[in-house]
Amino acid sequence: MDDALVLRASGLERRYGSRAVLRGISFDLPRLGALVVTGPNGSGKTTLLRLLVGLAAPTRGTLEIAVDRGRVGYVGHEPILYRELTALENLDLFGRLYRVPERRERIGMLLERYGLWDARAERVSAFSRGMTQRLALCRALLHEPALLVLDEPHSALDEDGAVLLDGELVSLAETCALVVATHTPERLDGVATTRLALGRS
Amino acid sequence: MSNTKPSLTVLAWGAVALVALAAVMIFVVAPEDADQGFSQKIFYVHVPIALTAYACFGLGAWKAFRLLATRGERYDLESYTGVHLGTIFGVLTLVTGAIWAKASWGVWWTWSSNQLVLFLVLFLFYCAYFMLRFSVEPGPRRERISAVYALFGVALIPVSFFAIRLANDFIHPTVFTREGPQMTGEMFAAFCVSWASITLLAYVMYRVELAGKRTDANLRELREALQP
Amino acid sequence: MSAYLADVAALARKDLKLELRARDTLPAMLLFVLSTLVVFHFALPADAGEDAAYGLLWVALVFTALLGLARAWVAEREAGALDGLVLAPSDRSAIWLGKTLATLAFLAAAELVALPAFVVFFAPLDASALGGVVLASIGICAVGSLVSAMAAAARGREVLLPLLFLPLAIPLVVGGVGASISPDPGTYLAFLGLYDAVFAILSWAAFEYVVTE
Repeated sequence: MDDALVLRASGLERRYGSRAVLRGISFDLPRLGALVVTGPNGSGKTTLLRLLVGLAAPTRGTLEIAVDRGRVGYVGHEPILYRELTALENLDLFGRLYRVPERRERIGMLLERYGLWDARAERVSAFSRGMTQRLALCRALLHEPALLVLDEPHSALDEDGAVLLDGELVSLAETCALVVATHTPERLDGVATTRLALGRS
Repeated sequence: MSNTKPSLTVLAWGAVALVALAAVMIFVVAPEDADQGFSQKIFYVHVPIALTAYACFGLGAWKAFRLLATRGERYDLESYTGVHLGTIFGVLTLVTGAIWAKASWGVWWTWSSNQLVLFLVLFLFYCAYFMLRFSVEPGPRRERISAVYALFGVALIPVSFFAIRLANDFIHPTVFTREGPQMTGEMFAAFCVSWASITLLAYVMYRVELAGKRTDANLRELREALQP
Repeated sequence: MSAYLADVAALARKDLKLELRARDTLPAMLLFVLSTLVVFHFALPADAGEDAAYGLLWVALVFTALLGLARAWVAEREAGALDGLVLAPSDRSAIWLGKTLATLAFLAAAELVALPAFVVFFAPLDASALGGVVLASIGICAVGSLVSAMAAAARGREVLLPLLFLPLAIPLVVGGVGASISPDPGTYLAFLGLYDAVFAILSWAAFEYVVTE
């Protein structure tokens, strides 16, 4: 694969038993590119993102990724957190697993940036949906990923959080590759370098 | 697919012929056992069936291992068919074993036959295999989980065997014992022919079942692809 | 290696912390094992020997363990946390080992209550019987964590877990009972050690394939 690419997908197909959810998906993603994936519900956006991250394997086709697992950040439909741990404890656990250097400082910085510092000692079960989503973003950014994959990140956020995220995405786009599945692609117009529209074919 | 069909038909007829030959050898050629009489003859069927069951489970586990090592698509159905056949032969082992126990000792079941108890444990284990398989959504996840469980099965075989031996040693001391029959030449020949025939029969069943399952899978895929 | 152990420790600590907060699994296990022992008193006829009691102890332990195992992966399923653990660069087998150690801690806590109760209600336990309990507990948790993860991926998982687990637990019961009542417990303890070695290694190696695609 070309050195300038972080991702190359060729003919990706994913089926469950005999049901094909994705068919013939191909694209290249440069190291600082941003791919915006759109499509109606059920068109396979989530499946595609899970393939890119490595949570599912394609049943056909090839997927080449230039970065290893530890440099990929993922925010899916579920927050991927422990509800009965505090925000700090969640980030501390994932910080250890991802071997984040200067863990405490980085956690503190992220919590501040996303407005969660005051709630850091509260359990996630007490968070609002917007706060949970923001914490999920902190978790995904903890290890400074080279590839950030976000599945409909705006949908759980309130307007303030969404505006914050938009700003963050602009600065993130300068340092890492982005893949964002969304129902509101206009928000990413300033960032997107490639678009992929999935549909029922 | 079509160029293996003639050989499968040949094999099938071969199996039928071999089974017929085995029947002749068991009932006509082999002499009656001095101790156990006519009922001993079920040994010629029971033991090969048990051995074939082990072989099928082993085949299922081997294909499972190949699936995990190489991610090859074909191994899932092959492993499943192996386990399925092994379970069928396992049930037959239990049935023939029960018949033999009834004929020899007048009871349908005895815990002192280590082989029978082992098959009972394996039967429970592999029944759970099918329950597991049909509770998970089809896809790579199901294939891998099934493969891991099939591998655990063959690890369980020797461990269970030891456990049952230990249990019978002390916890449930043996009530009935059975010496392996002292086999004369004709008896041994009959046993070998019977074993060969059942193995061949199992192989034919494996090929047939696998072909059927593959066709089913292809049909489903085709139907999916043709949907608007 | 030390990074691996650090991962395992972090994961096991997380499970202990969660249980300390929720306090639902361990109390249930303690109460269950006590209730079961009481039921067994009524289930045994008056002239049943001590040996029968040891058998029932092992039934109680296995089913109490099942109770704990059924809840082993619930926290991971709640908000998709298992995906996060699988995505991390750490070895997937560390997830299994961390969970096994935590489950073992809970089972040990239940046994700290069950064993004295058993001695008081039924019969004494000697060193080899206790050795059997220790070794069998390891085997139960090692295999149980893996099998519980399998069941977690399936429908009807509450029913599926016992079906998957019980055939695998039979050798453990044999080993445990044998260690309690046999005049030659060494064989049974060695057998339990063998089971633990074989199935712990298998579970450790196979866990990756159960949680990934």
